[in-house]
Amino acid sequence: MRKGRLAALVAAPMAVAVFASACGGGGSASGEDGIVTLDWNEPENPLVPGNTTEENGSFIIDAMFTGLVKYSAKDFKPENAMAESIETTDNTNFTIKIKPDWTFHDGTPVKAKNFVDAWNYTAYGPNGFQGASFFEQIEGYEVVHPEDPDGEAGPQDPPTPPTKEMSGLKVVDDHTFTVKLKNAFTIFPVVLGYSAYKPLPDVFFADPKGFEQKPVGNGPFMFQDRVPNQELNLVTYDQYKGTDKPEIKGAKFKVYDQLDAAYQDLVSGHLDFLRTIPVSALVGDKWKQDLGERGKEKPGLLTQNMGFPIYDEKFKNPLLRKAISMSIDRKTITEQVFAGGRDPADGFATPAVEGYTPAQCGEACEFNPVKAKEYLAQAGGFQGQLTVETNGDGGHNEWSEAVAANIRQNLGIDVVFTPVPSFGEFRQKANSFQFKGMFRTGWKADYPNLETFLTQLYRTGASSNDYGYSNPAFDAALDKANVAPTIEEATKSYVEAEKLLADDLPVVPLWTQPIQYGFSERIREGEVVPNRELDLTTVRLNP
Amino acid sequence: MGRYLLRRLLQLIPVFIGTTLIIYLLVWALPGDPFAGKCGDRGCPPTYIAEMREKYNLDDPLIVQYFKYLGKLLTGDFGETYAGIKVGELIQNAYPTTIKLAVVALIIEALIGLAAGILTGLRGRGFLDNLVLVSTLFLISLPVFVTGFLLQIVLGVQLDIIKPTVSSEPSIGELIVPGFVLGSLSMAYVARLTRTSLMENRRADYVRTATAKGLEPRRVIGVHLLRNSMIPVITFLGTDLGALMGGAIVTEGVFNIRGIGGLIYKSILTKEGTTVTGIVTLLVLVYLLMNLLVDLLYAVLDPRIRYD
Repeated sequence: MRKGRLAALVAAPMAVAVFASACGGGGSASGEDGIVTLDWNEPENPLVPGNTTEENGSFIIDAMFTGLVKYSAKDFKPENAMAESIETTDNTNFTIKIKPDWTFHDGTPVKAKNFVDAWNYTAYGPNGFQGASFFEQIEGYEVVHPEDPDGEAGPQDPPTPPTKEMSGLKVVDDHTFTVKLKNAFTIFPVVLGYSAYKPLPDVFFADPKGFEQKPVGNGPFMFQDRVPNQELNLVTYDQYKGTDKPEIKGAKFKVYDQLDAAYQDLVSGHLDFLRTIPVSALVGDKWKQDLGERGKEKPGLLTQNMGFPIYDEKFKNPLLRKAISMSIDRKTITEQVFAGGRDPADGFATPAVEGYTPAQCGEACEFNPVKAKEYLAQAGGFQGQLTVETNGDGGHNEWSEAVAANIRQNLGIDVVFTPVPSFGEFRQKANSFQFKGMFRTGWKADYPNLETFLTQLYRTGASSNDYGYSNPAFDAALDKANVAPTIEEATKSYVEAEKLLADDLPVVPLWTQPIQYGFSERIREGEVVPNRELDLTTVRLNP
Repeated sequence: MGRYLLRRLLQLIPVFIGTTLIIYLLVWALPGDPFAGKCGDRGCPPTYIAEMREKYNLDDPLIVQYFKYLGKLLTGDFGETYAGIKVGELIQNAYPTTIKLAVVALIIEALIGLAAGILTGLRGRGFLDNLVLVSTLFLISLPVFVTGFLLQIVLGVQLDIIKPTVSSEPSIGELIVPGFVLGSLSMAYVARLTRTSLMENRRADYVRTATAKGLEPRRVIGVHLLRNSMIPVITFLGTDLGALMGGAIVTEGVFNIRGIGGLIYKSILTKEGTTVTGIVTLLVLVYLLMNLLVDLLYAVLDPRIRYD
């Protein structure tokens, strides 16, 4: 058993790296075949447009389906896609004509009834689709989607609707249908680009379960195959009739659980598009050194705020809310905690939407500890302990603690940070109005208009108004905007409505999240929609 | 031997039912409605929540839910995730990768660990012994993600020898570096365990007897000393294989290996109770079978152990 010393050294565990590396293989993930590889994660719901509201599912849906309206990736403006025209005289009744000759991926023609049937199916209560509420403006929605008589928690189920069709939708002929809204809603054509409004082929209604396994759309890309929790492949649809024909041959969506792993793949050229840059690479602008020109940034759709439980007597005074808002040093926190991955908010919307106006929040969102103290004194101080709550499972703890520390130091209030273990529990508390202190609240725009950040969040009794905020003047301003004669004027009126929020501050606007993404060297150009989806039709590869 | 095996196999049944019951109860007793957080800050429409609760029998008493689940499980139906994917399909996709990774890691740790342990155990104190002691200490003190990221960045990004992450259906070659990372900690333990065990047994009576009988040194070491010294090492390797089969959350995450560890971790975070119960049930079975295998191996190695 006598071996040379050299052999022993080889056997020493540390030397294995050399041996292992010799056996690994190099090579690139995607060759010259016109297929791009994108980072992705498992969608939370089946791939049906009306049931998909999160970003992984929407990424696929938007590539596979073309709705009436499409949001341009370049400037996020709505433009007609499948719609030939959307006409209205009173902003309540819309006549929608669709382009002829379009087909679904199974060869069947896209008709007006495919839109109407899809919308009715999504809105129908017993189907339990996530996107149902997107149809609540259409006449007859309450009939197909009745309220639970004793609330969500009660034992009774909502009654079965007498009909499956909303009275506001009428098919006129194969290529025309009409929509009647409950009230005038001028920006309705803008909303139509959202994924819940896409058409569904007849094969879906025949076999919804089978459709989930192999979805059939009418967009530029069609479904090829999918290995759950691993990857999903799309290929170009030859018969696509849109003007935005893709140049690439297809796309491979690869599931990554760790953003850092995806980033390493991007840097080493094994991944073509990464939609988020990990914080580890944002620190010291490492990503800009790694990627150079290929790393890009533009305004996104996400806002992060701290809400007040205005239903609680302690938080009724707007001056107190203003004092708290002004005691938070947004700039320092975005730089220290997020390494520049967030931009301080100066209003209630992100710069990506139509109607965003700089400095809408005014003085209230500026860091000014001296004035904050003055306002606090005028408001009569704050008695007792102020809690700052957030869900502990979403990576929000660090900045929430920083916010709590800011308020504590600058206002001299006893502030404690109290995380709730999971997002589910956090939402339950929000839904039942049980918060006792400030709580985290965020919002993602669904469509490119300021309205998406206003009505559902701050209107009296709105579905996501977790604050118990109610201001008749604000509601009236929204009503005025909803019936404005043109989209431009409507948007102007929404800006006025947003201005009213700055006086009341139902939430403390904290920051918005820009999208930071990276391409591989293979990609010459490509436009990313502010919802972090790469518009695959705009991708051009290097020769 | 046959009766012993049968008895052990029968014992698996109550253990299986007990563990699945406990897992099921624990998973679904977690606070927070799994659907309350499904739709982001927007919140889900009540009809969606009602539909999902009905689909997963969440309105029944917990014990009724469990038996409904168990009934389906016995027919081979693991249920579905909230996204409508069959849990059985997920396991089927992920498990071969996990087994491959586990075997690669086990082979690496056994080969290198045993070699280092035997060399130092037989030779005793000296430069080599110290080298192994120091390098194993170094490996034990390094967290797995540090080893993982280090090798990934150096070999994958800077030297471009390997791909930083593995493909969806990884080959054995792709899994060598992740396997090394995964097995590095146990490799150190194996080396130390082998060394200690050999050093102890070298002075045992039976070794002296064997030498006194005039056997060749090679036979004394190979047949008598090594075989007896391997018992604690085999126990360790057996339980380690069981643990490796349960997936490796950190290593899988670093190299984006689509194995069982990452799947279960993600399912816990998203409260996919059906997936968690399904996988853990399977892991319990794997663990029980691994233990049985180790027990049977004892009898092969040690003639004093008999099972009847």
